[in-house]
Amino acid sequence: MKRGSTELLILSLIEYRARHGYEISKLIEDRSGGVLTFNVASFYPLLYRLEQRGLISGRWVEKAGQRRRRYYKLTASGKKMLKAQRSTWRDFVDAIQRITAAEHA
Amino acid sequence: MRSWRDEIRSAIAVLNLEATREAEVLEELSQHLQDRREAMLASELTAQQVDEALMQELHDPALIAGLKATVHSELPFLPVGSDSGGQLLGRIWMDLRYAGRVSIQNPGFSLVVILSLALGIGANTAIFQLLNAVRLRVLPVSKPEGLASVRIVDSPHCCTGDFYSDHPDLTADIWNQVRQQQQGFSKIAAWYPTRLNSSRGIESKPVSTLMVSGNFFDVLGVQPSLGRLISPADDYRGCGAQGAVVSYGFWQREFGGDPGILEKKITLDGHPFQIMGATAPDFAGIEVGRTFDVAIPLCAEEAISAKGPSRDPVAWWITTIGRLRPGWTLERASAQLAGVSPGIFAATVPVQFDGPARKDYLSFRLGAVPEANGFSTLRTNYQEPLWLLLGLAGLVLLIACANLANLMLARASAREREMALRLTLGASRPRLIRQLVTESLLLAVLGAAAGVVLAQMLSPLLITYLSTQLDQVFLELTLDWHVVGFVTGLAVLATVLFGLTPAFRASRVAPGMALKASGRGVSASGESVLLRRVLVVSQVALSMVLLVSALLFVRTFQNLMRVDTGFQQGHILIANFDYSPLKLPESSQMVFKRELLTRIQAVPGVASAAETLFPPLSQAGWDGSVDIPDGPQRQDVRLSRISPGYFKTMEMELISGRDFNYADAPAAIHKAVVNRAFVLKFFGKTNPLGRMFYDSGKRDMPYQVIGVVNDTKYYSLREDPAPIVFVSFTQANGPQERSTLMIRSNESLPPLMSSIKSTASQINPGMVLDFSALKTQILDGLLRERLLAMLSGFFGVLATVLAMVGLYGVISCLVVKRANEIGLRMALGANRLDILAMVLREAATLLGAGLAIGAVLALSVGNIAASMLYGLKPRDPLTLAAAVTAMAAIALAASLLPAQRAASVDPMTALREE
Repeated sequence: MKRGSTELLILSLIEYRARHGYEISKLIEDRSGGVLTFNVASFYPLLYRLEQRGLISGRWVEKAGQRRRRYYKLTASGKKMLKAQRSTWRDFVDAIQRITAAEHA
Repeated sequence: MRSWRDEIRSAIAVLNLEATREAEVLEELSQHLQDRREAMLASELTAQQVDEALMQELHDPALIAGLKATVHSELPFLPVGSDSGGQLLGRIWMDLRYAGRVSIQNPGFSLVVILSLALGIGANTAIFQLLNAVRLRVLPVSKPEGLASVRIVDSPHCCTGDFYSDHPDLTADIWNQVRQQQQGFSKIAAWYPTRLNSSRGIESKPVSTLMVSGNFFDVLGVQPSLGRLISPADDYRGCGAQGAVVSYGFWQREFGGDPGILEKKITLDGHPFQIMGATAPDFAGIEVGRTFDVAIPLCAEEAISAKGPSRDPVAWWITTIGRLRPGWTLERASAQLAGVSPGIFAATVPVQFDGPARKDYLSFRLGAVPEANGFSTLRTNYQEPLWLLLGLAGLVLLIACANLANLMLARASAREREMALRLTLGASRPRLIRQLVTESLLLAVLGAAAGVVLAQMLSPLLITYLSTQLDQVFLELTLDWHVVGFVTGLAVLATVLFGLTPAFRASRVAPGMALKASGRGVSASGESVLLRRVLVVSQVALSMVLLVSALLFVRTFQNLMRVDTGFQQGHILIANFDYSPLKLPESSQMVFKRELLTRIQAVPGVASAAETLFPPLSQAGWDGSVDIPDGPQRQDVRLSRISPGYFKTMEMELISGRDFNYADAPAAIHKAVVNRAFVLKFFGKTNPLGRMFYDSGKRDMPYQVIGVVNDTKYYSLREDPAPIVFVSFTQANGPQERSTLMIRSNESLPPLMSSIKSTASQINPGMVLDFSALKTQILDGLLRERLLAMLSGFFGVLATVLAMVGLYGVISCLVVKRANEIGLRMALGANRLDILAMVLREAATLLGAGLAIGAVLALSVGNIAASMLYGLKPRDPLTLAAAVTAMAAIALAASLLPAQRAASVDPMTALREE
């Protein structure tokens, strides 16, 4: 996997709404159809690093009838980073596609 | 449902996270794992399989590695109390900053600590600086370690004759032989310190003069700062009065550093010397504690005095200083000197020495003695008292530290909650101890710095104190590595003493207990109070030692002051007349003396006056030995020559017989007045008047006893009565061209001195005179005792005050701690007196234990001081009793206040607080 791509996944999953850690990892797993999975040992260090870099911020939220959970949302610099990474990623995918498509033609 | 918390906690324990952060991580991860578990159980996996998978995930090393990189360094603020983070220096800086803040928060406490330490360390440093200057430091010359002198060693019968200077090692004849025959020294020089008069007026102006052999400055490696120094070419037999070198200090002081002095001359005892140069600033002479003003060649001695030591074969006046030849040790040089000794002494034996004296003289042996530290009478006189005083000052510091430890313990209970809070927030014990020790260290360093400043003020005071009219003490005090090391040692020691134990104790709180106990400290724990009691007991014990020694020294000084000297010390002015500038022929000197005395007796205000060879207790003396016909032979006696009227002037008692008178002429048989001790020792109960005795071995020199006087002190106040023989100036001339007059008058000194001066200049303005008061001179002789009494007294008082503050503190603390108990007792019927008695009993127990231990200590260390005491034993019961009484009385006063406070506790209030 391309370096930074996991970050991109996490950042894009919380672009419009705050989510908690388990939710994020579950979404990645589900939406990738089980191709991408994370265990605790690799996921949380990543999450904390993003928070430390100021790209996301976590906040404990208590909802009625539930245990409190830590919800992460994008920060302003996280939004910028997501934008930049998206375009880099698109360029990368385009490049890959062009190469692989030419092969099939 | 399984608890993931504990699993996670143990998995991430190695990270040692800050507590709040750890809690967050725990919560988040455990929720995640629980959610995963539920999701996985919904599939076909068994619970056991799920748990195994999750456990594996949790213990994946990537978790710790990943978290370490993020969570750990994520903490922006490191609270004091954490072990982690930062470099060592940074952490120390943080500790120091925190310690500084704590100190500023409690300015009163900090000030007390710093001041106590400043006093303790200052006193120690001041005394140590003096010791360092007189004892430890080497001479400020190049390569002092190679310096040595030649002296007569291991010769119990050494020496008879006349002794000049404080280090009279050799005679001129022996020096000449040593110079030629020694081999162990590459260079060897001779020197002789004396005082010459530089004034041309009637009142003398003494300058410290070094008479030195030509190579003296070369041996020491001293350089000139102006002109040139004395060289071997200046020192030859019959050189007369030619060139002189001044010290840098004298040049600056007397001539304002004017380079024009090379054109000038300086008059020494009436002889003009051309100034040739000045020495380098750092050379203050070769004697520690004394500086010099002028140096002249040794050969000039002959020119200065007509009957000086250089012409006298029994005059011991020369001191040597030399450099050992490379490859030669002191032992080898000594062995060589011992080898040539018989030859040297055989060649120089004075003709006047008869059988036994000659035999003694021939048995002398020379040796080499190391002199890297320089010569010093100051050292001989004060080394022992200074070490003793340093010991006493050390005890004061110990007591001060005990007080501070007590304060620290008290404060530790006040800070118990702070410590507990830090422990709960994750600080470790060593971390807290380090912080607390840093706090103590900061205070100790500040105290030590203040102490050094204090010492810089105290040491010069002490030096001034040691100086007398006749003996100006000159000591250069520098903050060399000895002193710096000493102070550093003291500061560290103090920190360990007063900081370490409280730090250990304070960090040993049980957090839960301390936090739960609302507001009120729980340090009433038996152990803490016990420690404080032990501290107070040791304070009392040490104070007792100090108080006993102070009393011993004060009483010694008092005893010496009250000693019956046998004469009346007050209202006696000593006037020294030097009329050598008049160049009177010997035949007219006795007439001149009588005339002088008569004129002085006639001065208005003079009650009586008499001449003496030297005043008593002036450290000058004349020892001789006498033969009693049909009685003991070669008996040691002390002699003095006096004029008629001396006994009356000194108010001595003429027990029987008569005083000298002017009818006792030179031609008549020599008359003697002896003291009671002489009569008791040599004549027993028989009538001494008219009895004869002889100068030892000289049957042609008979003396006839014409009177008996009471015993008087001769050399020292401490001596027992010894036989004294007085002979008369009317029968033989005394010292050449000098008169020492004892003048009794009730007038105040300045007008008396000026009328004597004007009388003297009427007789002949060419005379030179100086004055001193007998009483002052005797007091100056007690300087050592006075210093000991004053400083030990000061230390004793200081120690007692400190110990009492400690006692007061502990009793107050106990009263506060036991307020409930006291309230309960009063509620149950105890009256105020009972409570008062209870608290005082507590104080008495501490005091009693301290006094008992202190008494034992004082008795065992008293022997150290034995040689410095007078008129009492080191185990003087009266002194011990006085110390105990004083301590008990002050202790009672110190504990009465808290006891009263305890007795006035309102039982209801005290109980309600429970």
